[in-house]
Amino acid sequence: MKSSVSLHFKTYLLILLMVIFGPLGNVLLGKGMKRIGTVSMGTLAEALDVLSRVLTSGTIWLGIGSLITFFVAYMLVLSWADYSYVQPASAVAYGMVALLAHFMLREVVTPMRWLGVLVICLGVLVVGHTPPRTTESS
Amino acid sequence: MREVIFYLLIIGAGTGGELCISRAMKTVGEVKDFRPAALVGVFARALRVSWMWLGVTLMGTAFFALLAVLSMENVSLVVPVTALSYAGGALGGKFFLGERVTRRRWAGVLLVCVGVALVIMGRR
Repeated sequence: MKSSVSLHFKTYLLILLMVIFGPLGNVLLGKGMKRIGTVSMGTLAEALDVLSRVLTSGTIWLGIGSLITFFVAYMLVLSWADYSYVQPASAVAYGMVALLAHFMLREVVTPMRWLGVLVICLGVLVVGHTPPRTTESS
Repeated sequence: MREVIFYLLIIGAGTGGELCISRAMKTVGEVKDFRPAALVGVFARALRVSWMWLGVTLMGTAFFALLAVLSMENVSLVVPVTALSYAGGALGGKFFLGERVTRRRWAGVLLVCVGVALVIMGRR
């Protein structure tokens, strides 16, 4: 019983970390890349120039740090929880991205876009409530 | 057109990478000890699984495609569009892995696609 409670606790804690740091990382990357400008990689020199600007951007490194935190939490939770259980939890992240983009980047999120995010969340939840295995195990 | 290629890379390589990493971590086994030394051991074991390397390579490809598309479009558009990976996953499961994708799962995928269409149409 105790181990079941402990398993649920660590699962929820890591999914919470995923839901916070995944969207935060994407928003920070978006902020950093907007400062760099549209990527043009027509020549090797242009590609190297973009790469050097990416690698010297503090905002992008913060984004990478957030995404690494997300990734570590994701890897750890997948060591015991089903992919089909963890994946639907990511539905919340779409709403979180829209909120962070609105409040941190001042992006205009139109009512139709909010509706779209809500429908995506619903869709991901429906997918999550289907049987995780539909083939015979070998 | 360039954006479409980047979106395809994010969705295709990202989903493939997640599945490879999921498989690798199942091989490693459940993590029960969260002390730093034990976690280093877990990552060292994970790095000995070839699925992990394939997964990391695919996710790295998806990451650079994400950076490129984020330089062109708003985050509130890009991230919801990447939800199309659910459709890619269902189609891949049915045609490449022989899974029987249930009607309910198709309904969920359809909802995701409708949501993505609304997000794209919600562009100002």
